[in-house]
Amino acid sequence: MHGVRGGPIVSLLRRRKKTIVGRWNGVSGRNGGWMVVVLQVVVEVLDAYERGDKFYLYTGRGPSSEALHLGHLIPFMFTKYLQEAFKVPLVIQLTDDEKCMWKNLSVEESQRLARENAKDIIACGFDVTKTFIFSDFDYVGGAFYKNMVKVAKCVTLNKAMGIFGFSGEDHIGKLSFPPVQAVPSFPSSFPHLFPGNDKLRCLIPCAIDQDPYFRMTRDVAPRLGYSKPALIESSFFPALQASGENGKMSASDPNSAIYVTDTAKEIKNKINRYAFSGGQDSIEKHREIGANLEVDIPVKYLSFFLDDDTELEHIKKEYGEGRMLTGEVKKRLTEVLTEKVERHRMARAAVTDEMVDAFMAVRPLPSMFE
Amino acid sequence: MGFSKDHLLARLQELQIDYSKYEHPPVLTVEEQAKYVSSSEGALSKNLFLKDKKNRYYIVSAMTDTKVDMKVLSQRLGLGKGGIRMAPEEALSELLQVSLGCVTPFAVVNESARDVSLLLDQKFKNQALCIFHPLSNDVSVSLNTLGLDKFLQSIGRDSVYIDLEANPVVGRDQPPDLAVYVPSNSVVVPEFPTKTASIQTASKNVSAEKTKPVASAKPSKLAGNVKSAVEDSALLVFKNPEKFVEEILDKTTALLLSEGKGENVEALAETFRKRLTSEFTHLAVMYKNTAYSQGFYAGTQSQPKRP
Repeated sequence: MHGVRGGPIVSLLRRRKKTIVGRWNGVSGRNGGWMVVVLQVVVEVLDAYERGDKFYLYTGRGPSSEALHLGHLIPFMFTKYLQEAFKVPLVIQLTDDEKCMWKNLSVEESQRLARENAKDIIACGFDVTKTFIFSDFDYVGGAFYKNMVKVAKCVTLNKAMGIFGFSGEDHIGKLSFPPVQAVPSFPSSFPHLFPGNDKLRCLIPCAIDQDPYFRMTRDVAPRLGYSKPALIESSFFPALQASGENGKMSASDPNSAIYVTDTAKEIKNKINRYAFSGGQDSIEKHREIGANLEVDIPVKYLSFFLDDDTELEHIKKEYGEGRMLTGEVKKRLTEVLTEKVERHRMARAAVTDEMVDAFMAVRPLPSMFE
Repeated sequence: MGFSKDHLLARLQELQIDYSKYEHPPVLTVEEQAKYVSSSEGALSKNLFLKDKKNRYYIVSAMTDTKVDMKVLSQRLGLGKGGIRMAPEEALSELLQVSLGCVTPFAVVNESARDVSLLLDQKFKNQALCIFHPLSNDVSVSLNTLGLDKFLQSIGRDSVYIDLEANPVVGRDQPPDLAVYVPSNSVVVPEFPTKTASIQTASKNVSAEKTKPVASAKPSKLAGNVKSAVEDSALLVFKNPEKFVEEILDKTTALLLSEGKGENVEALAETFRKRLTSEFTHLAVMYKNTAYSQGFYAGTQSQPKRP
């Protein structure tokens, strides 16, 4: 497929926008960064933005467990960065119905988890005047449902089975779910937000495993007279123990990840005990050839979470050339993560039920492009 | 002000809920209560006021012969094995506004108890009548569970009946079956009068004396809303302009003191921007969100303008 692929999004953004508020650390261009696949359509959307045509952001979360770890938060941190850099509105879909169906949770439990997860998401610092959070059980209906039916009419059973791997044994709830995740890409699904603005483009930062849903959406969009959404897909954040893409953080293995509820002591222990090190086996060897930054987990994590570019470069240089030891890198990482988790916890504590209600209220957002 | 027993009984009458009332000397235990109220009048209940590690509270009301295993209950709520224990006495008076020996499902009528989860023994449903204290341990009231349900509905609560003796497996593929009843809000109950100037000192009512306590509800400080009274001062940062400014100045001066030695002023200014921008932006967004949410909530409660 022709177009910009795998290019550093930061430089892409810089070429199109002179000044960016803040910057996104974990994007490729750095060793061990988060791989970002940038599709041609993104370039179109950003070009249109330069000409004054706005867009909105759409992302989501499947609320399957209360325990959120840092791997869950990163896509939201990235989305927040995009919201701030471009000053555009954001819709966040909580697919409680999906989890109810796939994880066999009760309706009440999945709704409860959706609200709990919403609190952690809000704590990442989204602006309530620019953000609409909704849960499927609450919101599906009206204009949203009309779009769902339009999408569903365009996808045959055979096609769905091909894309999603459904079989004759799967219940029909699963089969009818994909349109639910597709239609937030169309502004007419949110008449309270974008009335009469059917041509508004949509940019979707999401995890790479969501690709099938959006490939289906992009296939269907032109047939409905809608614009195709643009996607920024990211690979999964690495687990503490594993390097490379096969080891992702898992909510079922508490030692693979740092949780937002972990204490400073737990964070320190997890990093010291489980974080896979690219350092050499002996100090002498390490001083001689330096650390293997490709597989080193602490450095990967620092490249996401350490705000100070200069310090990060310094660490990579010193560690990569053997002058800094794994212990020091891990110590710095512990400090950085403890501070982040603490900040998140404090913000999370300030999220009241009223605040969740406000974010989830079906209301207009008059200052969404300011 | 917390509900008094007379207030409650009047409410039951208003709702046309049938009940029978038995007065007796104050009792602290089920055994004592049984001396005055025989089982022919109804099934006696034992009532536990519990708390988990995250400051969430529960009333478990059960038939006296139902075995309530705290470990199992804790697991079924998704709190792990030792996640739940008896709530301290202060919580009894702060949240339920009743005294020792008085825990009762009726206590949730108080606004201060709005985040307390009420779990009822499903065996109550098979009884013609069940006996509870109506907020005071010198009276017992017997009524049918339908009456209790009606009362709970009148205060906007759903009755939750569960099989307290069940011991289902809880594991990765079997989520805790009672987790949905865990309150979404935690409540911080002070042990001592709090330090912040804006909060009045609490007056402690019931103490663990042997003499039978007077069954009066403790007057609450702020219209029964315990949570706002004991708000963590850290959270005031997001609500209170002075605290917000204080936090910003604290962080800025701390940075100045640690980085300001011998730095030229321009470089220092740069450092400030670099180190503080993201943190302060986050703080400001949360401040904005808090203000908006309060306004939004006020909007939902406001009366329409008079024509």
